[in-house]
Amino acid sequence: MTSTVDAAPYTVEEVCEHFDPVMGLEVHVELNTATKMFCGCRNEFGAEPNTHVCPVCLGLPGSLPRLNARAVEGAVKIGLALNCQVRERSGFARKNYFYPDMPKNFQISQYDDPIVFDGHLDVPLDDGSTWRVEIERAHMEEDTGKSLHMGGATGRIHGASYSLLDYNRAGVPLIEIVTRPILGAGTRAPEIARAYVSALRDVIQGLGVSDVRMDQGSMRCDANVSLMPKGSTRFGTRTETKNVNSLRSVERAVRYEMGRHAGVLLSGGTITQETRHFDEQSGTTSAGRPKETFADYRFFPEPDLVPIEPSAAWVEELRAGLPERPWERRARIQTEWGLSDEELRDLVNAGALDLVADTVEAGAPAESARSWWVSYLTQQANAAGVELADLAVTPADVARVIALVAEGTLTNKLARQVVDGVLAGEGTPDEVVAGRGLAVVSDDSALTAAVDEALAAQPAIAEKIRAGKTKAAGAIVGAVMKATRGQADASRVQSLVLERVAAGS
Amino acid sequence: MSDITRSDVAHLARLARLAVTDDELDVFSGQLDAILDTVGRVSDIPDDVPPTSHVVPLTNVLRPDEPAPSLPREAALAGAPDAEEGRFRVPRILGESQ
Amino acid sequence: MTELTRLSAVEIARRVQAREITSAEVTRAHLDRIEAVDPSLNAFLHVDRDVALAAATAVDDEIAAGTVRGPLAGVPVAIKDNIATRDMPTSCASRILEGWRPPYDATVVRKLREAGLVPLGKTNLDEFAMGGSNENSAFGPVRNPWDAGRVSGGSSGGSAAATAAGETPLALGSDTGGSIRQPGAFTGIVGVKPTYGTVSRFGLVAFSSSLDQIGTFGRSVLDAALLHEVIGGHDPADQTSIDAPLPPVVEAALAGARGDLAGVRVGVVRELSGEGNRPGVLTAFTDAVRVLTDLGADVVEVDCPSFTYAVPAYYLIAPSEASSNLARFDAMRYGLRVGDDGTHSTDEVMSLTREAGFGPEVKRRIMIGTHALSAGAYDALYGRAQKARTLIVRDFAAAFEHCDVLVSPTVPVTAFPIGERVDDPVAMYLADLCTIPTNLAGNAALSVPCGVSVDDGLPVGLQIMAPALADDRAYRVAAAYELARDTSSGTPFADTIPEPAVLETTS
Repeated sequence: MTSTVDAAPYTVEEVCEHFDPVMGLEVHVELNTATKMFCGCRNEFGAEPNTHVCPVCLGLPGSLPRLNARAVEGAVKIGLALNCQVRERSGFARKNYFYPDMPKNFQISQYDDPIVFDGHLDVPLDDGSTWRVEIERAHMEEDTGKSLHMGGATGRIHGASYSLLDYNRAGVPLIEIVTRPILGAGTRAPEIARAYVSALRDVIQGLGVSDVRMDQGSMRCDANVSLMPKGSTRFGTRTETKNVNSLRSVERAVRYEMGRHAGVLLSGGTITQETRHFDEQSGTTSAGRPKETFADYRFFPEPDLVPIEPSAAWVEELRAGLPERPWERRARIQTEWGLSDEELRDLVNAGALDLVADTVEAGAPAESARSWWVSYLTQQANAAGVELADLAVTPADVARVIALVAEGTLTNKLARQVVDGVLAGEGTPDEVVAGRGLAVVSDDSALTAAVDEALAAQPAIAEKIRAGKTKAAGAIVGAVMKATRGQADASRVQSLVLERVAAGS
Repeated sequence: MSDITRSDVAHLARLARLAVTDDELDVFSGQLDAILDTVGRVSDIPDDVPPTSHVVPLTNVLRPDEPAPSLPREAALAGAPDAEEGRFRVPRILGESQ
Repeated sequence: MTELTRLSAVEIARRVQAREITSAEVTRAHLDRIEAVDPSLNAFLHVDRDVALAAATAVDDEIAAGTVRGPLAGVPVAIKDNIATRDMPTSCASRILEGWRPPYDATVVRKLREAGLVPLGKTNLDEFAMGGSNENSAFGPVRNPWDAGRVSGGSSGGSAAATAAGETPLALGSDTGGSIRQPGAFTGIVGVKPTYGTVSRFGLVAFSSSLDQIGTFGRSVLDAALLHEVIGGHDPADQTSIDAPLPPVVEAALAGARGDLAGVRVGVVRELSGEGNRPGVLTAFTDAVRVLTDLGADVVEVDCPSFTYAVPAYYLIAPSEASSNLARFDAMRYGLRVGDDGTHSTDEVMSLTREAGFGPEVKRRIMIGTHALSAGAYDALYGRAQKARTLIVRDFAAAFEHCDVLVSPTVPVTAFPIGERVDDPVAMYLADLCTIPTNLAGNAALSVPCGVSVDDGLPVGLQIMAPALADDRAYRVAAAYELARDTSSGTPFADTIPEPAVLETTS
């Protein structure tokens, strides 16, 4: 264990009185392909241990890797979304080191020719400004297995007497996205780190190529932090903090490391280049494995896989299919729909933004679409205990229901019944309307007859109306609605009542 | 001329996870030295010659993202020196000094 | 040798498929032969009579029912023990993998079974195919049927000796730097290294992935060609596998045996055919070239100056790839585990196991490769070897512009005495001089016996090299030569292989 006594951490403001922080963020994203990077085993989180393994991902003698086409596509999409260039010819390399969670004791990765490189991401910050993070490269590699450490008190590797290995995750496709050093962030460094990872997560989620769940490890961030004395341009010794499993932790880990480095440096100490482990509970980091001083991965071209040469046409096809960036879409929607910041935030927090936007794209007015998703459908989702997006109704369905209301076929009350039918699996809105016989009675002759009947049944009320007490019409409307079992448009009934009374009925 | 010493051999053996004996350090340092003298002749080759890593003229060989059967777990673990709870059991990962 | 074990694969197949004999009888004859001579030869690491006979009986039943799976249905075959087999151990002749049973078949093994061949067992080799004498097997050297005091060659020495001694009519080997052709030459049989990428490597335990190639042994060119067609072809499980039709090697072997070589341009590689060869080897080679001329070939001399870099480049690239390929033998998931007594960490158990489980040649190569790939040495060693590879590819391309095939002795020497070179790895490496260039360039080559050396009466191999995907050319020339050779001597060369002396002691 480390012998360094952690100095009392300094606040970022105190740190930045003396130092400029330099950050480098390495984010690993597991792709959500159906199968692993180099074999047909399922890429699935949470299966029974060692049930998604085969000779290839167990590294059995004689096995050979088979590159997954979808993984290459996912890598290129991520690169394009990060404004990267796509390399005309790239290849795989072996990164050699021994570790029991790695079945071949080398990782198939990319070395000096990553598939995408030289990009950037304009990251929105809380104050509405953006910060450009330069992307050095993103490359493909395979994930490792998982270890359970047994016999120790903490379940951690330290103090364990043996370990148990599950290789289900071994060979899952990973994209490692590496930033260039982030300079000049000053006291905002922790915020920028968090905002970058958050923006990256949103972009990749929008691409649909990864679940980007930090809690499940499908997105993992390693934060490299170093300090250089103010005015210097020589980077200090960096540490790499791992096990940063939430956006909040990204920010906390950077803040803690800045403070810790400053404490060590200001008390005359030196920073050890090492891997550090972030502790969620305490918000602090502790020394992990010291990097082997002779760390020498002996990269060389992977002889079992041939080079990748993405065609320009294919790259352009992928580029054309890229979705709008999530925050750009949000900004556009806010303007187009005239939403206040608060309304927008509610939509985002409710997970309704995309659903509303898709409903609008399907032809519904923004206000109706928003209202449906944040009120009635949110209630239904809460009642069913599911996410809004997981309800069995599509934005197109909702848009259709809104259209049916607008054209007078449905009242709002009927419309809710139609939606209930859709949620109950009775079919499309039109099928539910037909199936349940829910269309508004819009045949004026039938309605007129019902109105006349109601007026005749209640002559005293008819007299009041005739005398100008139009409020009394409500009772007749109610009777008509009852007689038509609610399938009439109440406002139409109201006008018919007034018409018939005036006509001397 | 290469000049492989006992400590070079010890370093390589450490990288390659070979617990070589003291006698082997002597034998291998002599042999590796002789071998490296022979193979070092490639250093005559000019810089401007491009490297060849693959001799097959293939690119973009890809597999469709379609699941194939995995091994039954018993088969996966059948060759394991030690297993427990459906997992491969291995000695503690960190040494005493770590 | 009983009559059945003298037969060619072609003749066994004909008789079995005509139901003159059964595959079970042929298989039993070969199993008996193994029992009789293998204690002396040590060619097999694993034989399972029951499994082999059951497979043979199944083929017999099919043939009786009117189904013949392929031209070699019913013919026994031996498999080098670095090729994965579901029903037999695969040890690579290493303590570290002793007794390991793969949960899958290599693609070539699957193809053998689908074609109705009958696997007899697994053959001995230099540990992980590293070596040229079979003395690096953890399970003892293979002895040469021509002289039990001499090596069989390597690394596929078990497959070569077994085929030469009539323990099997056919065998599979692997060739990374000459490991089929060289033992083929040392034991007086045909050994073929196909074009890289035309026979799947899936299931071949990797030594040097960019050089390894599975190939065939037979006592005749046609036998080797028939087996080649069974195992060859595109395999999606090997992404370096070429998606193109296999060259018509059987057709070429048949055509060669029918016709002459008029118009065929044969290049004698000057760098491989001179003073570096033992006199007896050179004489046999020169005689063979004269036969080619007599058959109508246009023989010219060609220069391949960069071939002098082949041995150095090979002994950098192969160990480098090997250091990575063999890292997986770490005592965690399969194979040997040493030192797991509760006091050692994984790292220590890995190191103790690898120290105990690997033989000295494997350790040497792993360390050479580890060095060649290390940050400080990469450019001067591994990187430079890749440049050498480019030059060798260019030399071949230039030579094949005006030659259809190239020829050389397969090995500059004949089979040497066991123990003669074990402590001198460099001397051992130089024996691969003629065979290595083809592995580095990925083209095709085979070795066909061209008589015996006047120095010692041991067999000499004629190496015939062809461009990538033109393996058929080598077969055509080899078949024509083979027929002329046997016609002129009056006896098929295969029938001159001596009966192995039964050793009094097996050590």
